[in-house]
Amino acid sequence: MAYTEEELKKELETKEYEYGFYTDIESDTFPIGLNEDIVRAISKKKNEPEWMTDWRIEAYRVWEKMEEPEWANVHYTKPDFQAISYYSAPKKNDPNKSLDDVDPELLEMYKKLGISVDEQKKLQNVAVDIVVDSVSVATTFKKTLGEKGIIFMPISEAIQEHPELVKKYMGSIVPTTDNFYAALNSAVFTDGSFCYIPKGVRCPMELSTYFRINQAGTGQFERTLVIADEGSYVSYLEGCTAPSRDENQLHAAVVELIALDDAEIKYSTVQNWFPGNKEGKGGVYNFVTKRALCEKNAKVSWTQVETGSAVTWKYPSCILKGDNSIGEFYSIAVTNNYQQADTGTKMIHLGKNTRSTIISKGISAGKSQNSYRGLVQINSRADNARNFSQCDSLLMGNECGAHTFPYIEAKNKTAQIEHEATTSKIGEDQIFYCNQRGIPTEKAIALIVNGFSKEVLNKLPMEFAVEAQKLLEISLEGSVG
Amino acid sequence: MLQIKNLHASVEGKEILKGINLEVKAGEVHAIMGPNGSGKSTLSSVIAGKEEFDVTEGQVILQGEDLEDVSPEERSHKGIFLSFQYPVEIPGVSVTNFMKTAINEGRKARGLEDMPAKDMLKLIREKSEMLEIDRKFLSRSLNQGFSGGEKKRNEIFQMAMLEPKLAILDETDSGLDIDALRIVANGVNKLKSKDNAVILITHYQRLLDYIVPDFVHVLHNGKIVKSGGKELALELEEKGYDWIKNEAVV
Ligand SMILES: Nc1ncnc2c1ncn2[C@@H]1O[C@H](COP(=O)(O)OP(=O)(O)OP(=O)(O)O)[C@@H](O)[C@H]1O
Ligand SMILES: [Mg+2]
Repeated sequence: MAYTEEELKKELETKEYEYGFYTDIESDTFPIGLNEDIVRAISKKKNEPEWMTDWRIEAYRVWEKMEEPEWANVHYTKPDFQAISYYSAPKKNDPNKSLDDVDPELLEMYKKLGISVDEQKKLQNVAVDIVVDSVSVATTFKKTLGEKGIIFMPISEAIQEHPELVKKYMGSIVPTTDNFYAALNSAVFTDGSFCYIPKGVRCPMELSTYFRINQAGTGQFERTLVIADEGSYVSYLEGCTAPSRDENQLHAAVVELIALDDAEIKYSTVQNWFPGNKEGKGGVYNFVTKRALCEKNAKVSWTQVETGSAVTWKYPSCILKGDNSIGEFYSIAVTNNYQQADTGTKMIHLGKNTRSTIISKGISAGKSQNSYRGLVQINSRADNARNFSQCDSLLMGNECGAHTFPYIEAKNKTAQIEHEATTSKIGEDQIFYCNQRGIPTEKAIALIVNGFSKEVLNKLPMEFAVEAQKLLEISLEGSVG
Repeated sequence: MLQIKNLHASVEGKEILKGINLEVKAGEVHAIMGPNGSGKSTLSSVIAGKEEFDVTEGQVILQGEDLEDVSPEERSHKGIFLSFQYPVEIPGVSVTNFMKTAINEGRKARGLEDMPAKDMLKLIREKSEMLEIDRKFLSRSLNQGFSGGEKKRNEIFQMAMLEPKLAILDETDSGLDIDALRIVANGVNKLKSKDNAVILITHYQRLLDYIVPDFVHVLHNGKIVKSGGKELALELEEKGYDWIKNEAVV
């Protein structure tokens, strides 16, 4: 069927969320509400040392005095922080688990999510950590990694087993006082992944964490800490899904990356939290703080494909502290129906000869709003810093919006900053051209969107790229297949 | 092959095609000429099923089937190909990827599996050689930054890949240099057979020197006002359209 703007719009509205199932696993869930006792209870549940408990309490006290930020270009009913349960864990979870011990319902859930925790991943050379609701339930390949001295484990375990590393680095990039959601996360985070790559080691496989919110009425507050010691390399992947629910669920994560001298970290995210239904009901509030520190000659690349969440507020950033360090940000953000995304990056150039690249692709459909917000800051000491930014927006239909807010602060005259921005629309002529060659409309949209996003998709590890491409199609097409 | 009966079509309430009758049989080449704005591209779009145009009266029949409710992609699957007067750009989608998708969608419609990569490569090699297209060209984004002539040659490459039953070439010659015109025309001639048909829309005789039409029609103000053999094109080249316009009035 060839079509008009009207039909194109209709087509896009039929999007369905493939991961909207709920798995009935027995879980241990805290009563709703937040106060110091709850924070202590979480810490106790996790059997944490005192310094950790104190750290949380301090964060909680800071958070209590903070106000939710309002500067983002998003509008939503503020979450009631006293109506959320801050801890929920699948019950049959044994800390010394092997996969055989995992609740079969959980394994069934992984299957639905399309993640296999066993053989298949082995072949694909990906080590996985899976976080359901508040806890990590399965980490694979610990042994293989251990031989290289690589530590990859739930952060709750790292607090027990590697307190010196956690103590040294947690909160060093994103302090508890950084912002409202970071403070909240610091107080109540329940799990997440921890990863340490020793000096000179090239991590032989992709490390991956899969986050899943399963329980109703809970929030997910995970904390990820990746440390790449001098001259090391790691590629890290993160995926997220949640059941379809009428209520808004809160996800407030903190991710800290530390790339020491000559180290490189590639951090890729495919975010597919439930976006809400087509009337805009439900969906996850995704308020995330992600930041990386680059020491001398270090390099950090953030790559993200954001298709989910009702509201996204997220700015993976790089502090380019060391001379010659490099920061990169590659992003695809898709919004459909009533989704709102305000996302971008901050590149803080402190060292000399630091370089940053920003490629942002925003795709808006339905009645959604998609904003790019970016800051490029060149400090006075940062001689010969360079930045290149490109922000492209693709619109479908007439009811959605695309916005760009690029901020540039250059305090050094030698800085070279380039910014390019384009806005385009999927045209009826493009669709007709494809149709004429035998390509149906849905496929044509997928083709055009993939073409538009190609520069970013190419940055993803192979296995993820295919998944991401599929996700883009699902997000924007009618059928789930 | 194709029958057009008393076809009326309009856009935004304005009638552009005002009763077209045309029959194209398998193995034939028809040329359609006519002044700017007479409705040639509109006719090709309507045959290809562009829904922007309302067919208010009449029929388009392909191999006995009325196409009224047939979507553009299905028309393509049934063998209609349109070489666009103004091919559109699709950034980030390579010519190869685009053709792969098009061919496999066509196969899907016929209940076939995707074409094996090996066969696809062979086909691409064969057709690109025929049209003297540099393979590097095929990895570029579709039509993006292509010169006018490159776009047209690429349209014929797509036609060669898809092997349509009915090919409509809308001013494929304009923009082609002398050598390119010869290469493209030879390509079209090679693809011609007794089982398919070609409609050439053109303003110039020079294309018709290479691809010799069996019939020439003149479209004026949404109607075919004169039809004849290949000599008609020569006559038009010499005399222009005025005499026909006058004839039409009489
Ligand atoms: N979408 C449209 N909206 C309004 N008018 C249109 C539209 N498409 C075509 N027309 C008009 O219809 C008439 C026929 O256009 P068409 O493109 O078919 O002419 P043509 O014979 O192909 O001309 P040319 O030789 O210049 O290519 C023109 O007057 C044109 O302005
Ligand atoms: Mg025309």
